[in-house]
Amino acid sequence: MGSTIIEKIVRNNTGKEVKPGDIVTVNVDRVMIHDIFIPFVASKFEEMGFTKLWDPDKVVLIYDHLVPASQVDDTRHFKVGNEFVEKYGMKNIHRADGICHQLMTEAGYVKPGNIVFGTDSHTTTYGCVGAFSSGIGYTEMASILGTGTMWIRVPETIRVNITGKLPKNVMAKDIILKIIGDLGADGATYKALEFAGDTVENMSVASRMSMSNMAIEAGAKCALFTPDEKTAQYCEMELTDRERDLVGDKDAVYCQVLNYKAEDFVPVMACPSNVDNVKPVAALEGKKIDQVFIGSCTNGRLEDLMAAAEVLKDKQIAPFVKLIVTPASRKIYLEAMKNGTIATLAASGAIITHPSCGLCCGRTGGILTDGEVVVATNNRNFLGRMGTSKVEIFLASPKSAAACAVAGKIVVPK
Amino acid sequence: MGKIFKFQQDVDTDQIIASQYLLFPTIDEMKIYTFESLDPEFAKNVKPGDFVVASENFGCGSSREQAPSVLKALGVKAVIAKSFARIFYRNAINIGLPVIICKDLHENVNSGDEMELSMEEGIVKVNGKEYECTKLPAYMQGILDQGGLIASLNKED
Repeated sequence: MGSTIIEKIVRNNTGKEVKPGDIVTVNVDRVMIHDIFIPFVASKFEEMGFTKLWDPDKVVLIYDHLVPASQVDDTRHFKVGNEFVEKYGMKNIHRADGICHQLMTEAGYVKPGNIVFGTDSHTTTYGCVGAFSSGIGYTEMASILGTGTMWIRVPETIRVNITGKLPKNVMAKDIILKIIGDLGADGATYKALEFAGDTVENMSVASRMSMSNMAIEAGAKCALFTPDEKTAQYCEMELTDRERDLVGDKDAVYCQVLNYKAEDFVPVMACPSNVDNVKPVAALEGKKIDQVFIGSCTNGRLEDLMAAAEVLKDKQIAPFVKLIVTPASRKIYLEAMKNGTIATLAASGAIITHPSCGLCCGRTGGILTDGEVVVATNNRNFLGRMGTSKVEIFLASPKSAAACAVAGKIVVPK
Repeated sequence: MGKIFKFQQDVDTDQIIASQYLLFPTIDEMKIYTFESLDPEFAKNVKPGDFVVASENFGCGSSREQAPSVLKALGVKAVIAKSFARIFYRNAINIGLPVIICKDLHENVNSGDEMELSMEEGIVKVNGKEYECTKLPAYMQGILDQGGLIASLNKED
């Protein structure tokens, strides 16, 4: 009997064949902690009686939710983090380089076939390079920091096949929103998603990242793509046979198979206030908006900013709209400056902010108030996420978001 | 016996404890804001030994362990739902908050009903009727029995 990608990753890690439902202990290849939870991780770590990290080089601390600090109390998190780094001899710390999920792959911390955990639900992102990665809480993180191991239940896999050529105004974001709408907010709970088909083979790693990032919005434990030449180039490595083998076998057992034709996708939005409340943009046209946010670990990459710039070139945003653009990392910011993307966006009226989580976590950079409407490219539209609980948040692709900024209302991108 | 506080499906972690309170240094400072957007009086009215009952996908959203932690700090005896989101479920067990799957309970109870839970038998009793719950896998029950992951790790040493 064949295996799914997740079964192969766990088998390679533990050295034994596994099947869904098995509870096994895995050796963790890398962990990520961000600024919001470092004080809790640090205190649990010491409460557990550990005196050293299992491997300081495998631990990455990233400040992103609170960068730059918007409230006095935020700085406590940096202080605790800096002390932790110093005390336990860590080298991998990023204080202002961008969003954790972008940096984990961009800076080379995650490779195909790795098992990685992070104190953030969107840790599923690293499946874009064929890594099993998932979010955990701070107590479990503290336990990994001391032991280097973690128990997991091997998940069943939902296979998603997508074949054909995408329409011009459809982005990877539209695909994953449609899939979440079809599965529902708990449709993939405890399960792995596995993406295949020539549409995803033809996608950039950045586009795959948008999809694996959002898998948690259907409850998924992880979301996996087979590593290929693009992955190898992105990760600056040569793939071995073991990594090339991270493909779902023809006779692997799936709990569900979804088949999509790329030509059938249309631009969509997740409507307030659930990510699985997905509708075609065409059905929402005309709704007046106050703000547009282009950024986040879902859609703050160079191709996203360039897609927005293509729509905004030689145009002005509506006078009453605020357009906030937040590159996902410093590297992306610099690339977008060099190729003229930032200049195009700024000329259209955009506010460009420092790379960080920014508005997505609702602490800084454009929070909204009762009755306001925002079209945003991030991953969650929960009540109160970007200001008061009476703000309406519509999640969209960068192309759709940019088109809405110009129109001042919801429109289909042309 | 404890009182039931009933919620619907897809209760997300932002609704359990909103982001702006996560920066408070302690769980005790956060807990008074539990369920603020859904039931502002919850923290005031809930008593140790009470239950949270919900429909599908309880605790979806972020990885914040503060979500089960504030419920435990308020004395909630167990959360009983039709299903749970994965990270919330793990976090709850790791901090020693019982999370119990019961498919038939939600439709048949209301907020304010008095309920009794027998973890060993996997049964809840409410309004003169018994409902069967799904038992935890042995590994997780072990962590829960020892009072959570910290206690469990300390015992291994």
